[in-house]
Amino acid sequence: MTLRTYVIARVLLTIPMILILFTMVFLLIRVLPGDPVLLHLEKHATQAAIEQMRRQLGLDKPLWVQYFDYLFGLFRGDLGLSMQDYSSIGQQIFSAFPATLELAVFSMTIAAALGIILGTQASKAYNKPQDHAIRIFGIVTYALPVFFLGMILQLTLGLGLHWFPVGQRFSPMVQTPLGLNVGSFHFSTGLYTIDSLLEGNIYKFIESLRYLFLPSLTLGLVLSGVFVRLTRSNMLETLRLDFVTAARARGLRENKVTYGYALRNAFLPVLTMVGLQFAALLGGAILTETTFSWPGLGRYIVDRIYFRDYTAIQGAVIIFGIFVSIVSLAVDLLYAYLDPRIRL
Amino acid sequence: MSGENKENSHLLTVNNLTVEYWARRGRIRAVEDVSFSLDKGETLGIVGESGSGKSTLGLSLIHLVPYPGRIVRGTILLEGQDVLKFGREKTRDLRGRRLSYVFQDPMMSLNPVERIGSHFVELIQTHEPKVTKAEAMIRAKKLFKDVGIQPERIDDYPHQLSGGMRQRVMIALAIALNPSLVIADEPTTALDVIVQAKILDLLNALRDAYGMALILITHDLSIVLERSDRIMVMYAGHVVEYAQSADVYRNPQHPYTQGLLKSIPNVELDEQTLEAIAGSPPDMLNPPKGCRFWPRCYCPSERCKKDEPRLVSTEQDHYVRCSKYGRGE
Amino acid sequence: MLSSILPGLSTLVKRGLAGWLIVIGAILVVAIVVMTAISPWIVPYDPTEIPSSPSILASPSTQHFFGTNDLGQDIFSRVLSGGGIMLQISILSVIVCLAIGLPLGLFASYAGGAVDRVVGLVMDSMYAFPGLVLAIAIAAMLGRGVVNMALSIAVVYIPSYFRVIRSQVLSIKEVTYIEAAKAVGAKNHTILTRYILPNIVPSTVVVATVNFADAILTAAGLTFIGLGVPVTIPDWGQDLTMGQRLLTSGAWWTITFPGIMIILLALGFTLMGEGLSELLNPRLEQ
Repeated sequence: MTLRTYVIARVLLTIPMILILFTMVFLLIRVLPGDPVLLHLEKHATQAAIEQMRRQLGLDKPLWVQYFDYLFGLFRGDLGLSMQDYSSIGQQIFSAFPATLELAVFSMTIAAALGIILGTQASKAYNKPQDHAIRIFGIVTYALPVFFLGMILQLTLGLGLHWFPVGQRFSPMVQTPLGLNVGSFHFSTGLYTIDSLLEGNIYKFIESLRYLFLPSLTLGLVLSGVFVRLTRSNMLETLRLDFVTAARARGLRENKVTYGYALRNAFLPVLTMVGLQFAALLGGAILTETTFSWPGLGRYIVDRIYFRDYTAIQGAVIIFGIFVSIVSLAVDLLYAYLDPRIRL
Repeated sequence: MSGENKENSHLLTVNNLTVEYWARRGRIRAVEDVSFSLDKGETLGIVGESGSGKSTLGLSLIHLVPYPGRIVRGTILLEGQDVLKFGREKTRDLRGRRLSYVFQDPMMSLNPVERIGSHFVELIQTHEPKVTKAEAMIRAKKLFKDVGIQPERIDDYPHQLSGGMRQRVMIALAIALNPSLVIADEPTTALDVIVQAKILDLLNALRDAYGMALILITHDLSIVLERSDRIMVMYAGHVVEYAQSADVYRNPQHPYTQGLLKSIPNVELDEQTLEAIAGSPPDMLNPPKGCRFWPRCYCPSERCKKDEPRLVSTEQDHYVRCSKYGRGE
Repeated sequence: MLSSILPGLSTLVKRGLAGWLIVIGAILVVAIVVMTAISPWIVPYDPTEIPSSPSILASPSTQHFFGTNDLGQDIFSRVLSGGGIMLQISILSVIVCLAIGLPLGLFASYAGGAVDRVVGLVMDSMYAFPGLVLAIAIAAMLGRGVVNMALSIAVVYIPSYFRVIRSQVLSIKEVTYIEAAKAVGAKNHTILTRYILPNIVPSTVVVATVNFADAILTAAGLTFIGLGVPVTIPDWGQDLTMGQRLLTSGAWWTITFPGIMIILLALGFTLMGEGLSELLNPRLEQ
């Protein structure tokens, strides 16, 4: 299969998948026992109030009308109105998204880096104590509830040792990073790390990293187990290959052999795993954001649950799904591009 | 083996080398009690079928026996020093520089994502850090001339070269730092017959030009009959015959060696029946009791089936492990 | 009963590391189950009662081994009895998953063709979706309670069962003895029950153990977000949630002990899953 065929096929596959997700979530809110409006209004559920809410949210229209309205609204970025205050859900999600993106990127980086380093170490110390210790580490981190780890880290590194701040995304005493400002041209990503660099403000950059560290470390640690295992088994395989032995036979240094030769082979599978783990990452992000009061999409959902704002929950869940599908698509395409079997 | 006092004067002396593998099902003695010696300018041919332990023996000379194998006993003296006692860094240093290894399959032994030239640069700079990249490339091109490759190929990737050329590259890498000993493990098995002869001749020519010793490991006795000074025949981890090549040809004493000779086609004979050696290699987890070769031998005696024969000297510089010669106890 | 268990244990241990993992995992799980079951009889204090003269946030002492929480309740007692909810939820979700996922996987992949494709596509989409997010969405709609939580978790996990079963079925389906059976006129359901079903049991068991571990962690997560069970029943997840508010006061004992228990329970199942998977699909690491 050529690269072009693959790309087309893969992109085409994403569309029905997203549609299925969309349909599932859509039906979920409307078909499950319990009218969302009723559940929301609860004690204040007078007939008039119910009908007014229904009308304003467009929930009184026939099901299939709602379906297509919502679907096309998606393209415009219109995700309906919040049950709580009828404000635009799309807006709210849009402003909460960057925080989650930043957290996700840093966490995944930590997870992959940790996994590669520990996995390589384990493969070199095959069947020795170091190897066993690292494997146990991998298993234990999987069984660790991410929010529990978050709380422990907050207690020890944050409140105990005062190494890192807790409870927020950025220092309350400093203005948040502004992004690029040239004349009347204004550009910001919402990602504090990048925005502070765009602004040229190193202090803000460091501050944003300090606040980012604990949450990313928490999520990264919990996810790293998979990468450790993957890298370890990959390296074990590669280190046995002939050209590695031949390199050793020429007297090349171990470091050069490990990192220069063998690790290159481990890279591609790690990339694939990043794509596969992304879904788990987002799930963990919800809990992490709640633990650290991180103002991202995850905490948004949790807050909306508390307020029983079902339309908002619906919107956020769909956005999550689309996000995961796009990332997974990107990773698959990148892999296809890099894999010599498909490329050459 | 060849007199205790002369040990230090040989380039390489191996004594009682034993290598074991620990598999899940049990212990395998891939190499048992092997001793031999080699001098500068000499070629030793090590002959055996797969499983005889010859490759393991070769790898143990550069201390690269793969896990789960371990060298459990013996000494390997290179210019008087026991290399098995070297620490990790010292061992790494001697590989490629004082001893080098040519692997069987050159495609698998070269890094597929690196150009040929950079293999040389890497090798030279690792052992001689002061050499610049440009100097290394010049040396590499000179080596190319010695082994018979056009210097332009230095920028190619391994997959762009033919099998014969790749093997020449491996040889060039092996002699690059002027080692005292080159070990070639089945250097021609992956090549066609015509190229085989060329490569073997090249190895011998280089040996003379550079003043090295050469060990040729192969399953094909015919290759080493003419090109080596001495031959060591291995079977199931043991040395079964060890003598000068001419003696092996004229007077093969071990039944296995005799069988090997009979299976070499000889163009000059009008009629020749090729005889294969009956049976198959033994299960190394449970080798036969007594002489390990007796199930395939044409004249096993009762003593062969019970007692494992020792290696004994039958004439000047000719050793056999068979109960027909000398005392078997 | 013990006399039949011990020989079984010794054969497991002889199988090396994999056997050990299963044994240790099983011991953890059984110990916790037993502990929870007998907790009504061994708790020093009533875990649900709010004492009238409370010693709030007392640090661990001989009177309160694990200290007290902000309502004055003894944490040790709550830890002993707090596993019940999680165990119930995970058992229930595994049962639901098996009840739905197993037949679905069997029939869809055995039938093949369009049915297999369509169901497979739906399952793949669900599988790709962040599990926790889906569970949250469902739990938010269904409301609180053990059954609802179990259902949310079950729905998220069914695709995993489906995948594993499907790959097993596909590899067995075309095997000769199935064709031979068909040639002799065996009915489809006979083939399914007699030939295919026994072969998928090992993989299914492995997925089930991982399911248990995941269910526990997900249940804890859902509780943490506020979708769990009513406050009155002692539950480790609940304790963690309450403990979060107390973080700044430095009362580490309110979260540490319940958290460790959750880890041990999840670890128990994970170890069993690791050991079983190693046993059934030994990794060739030579």
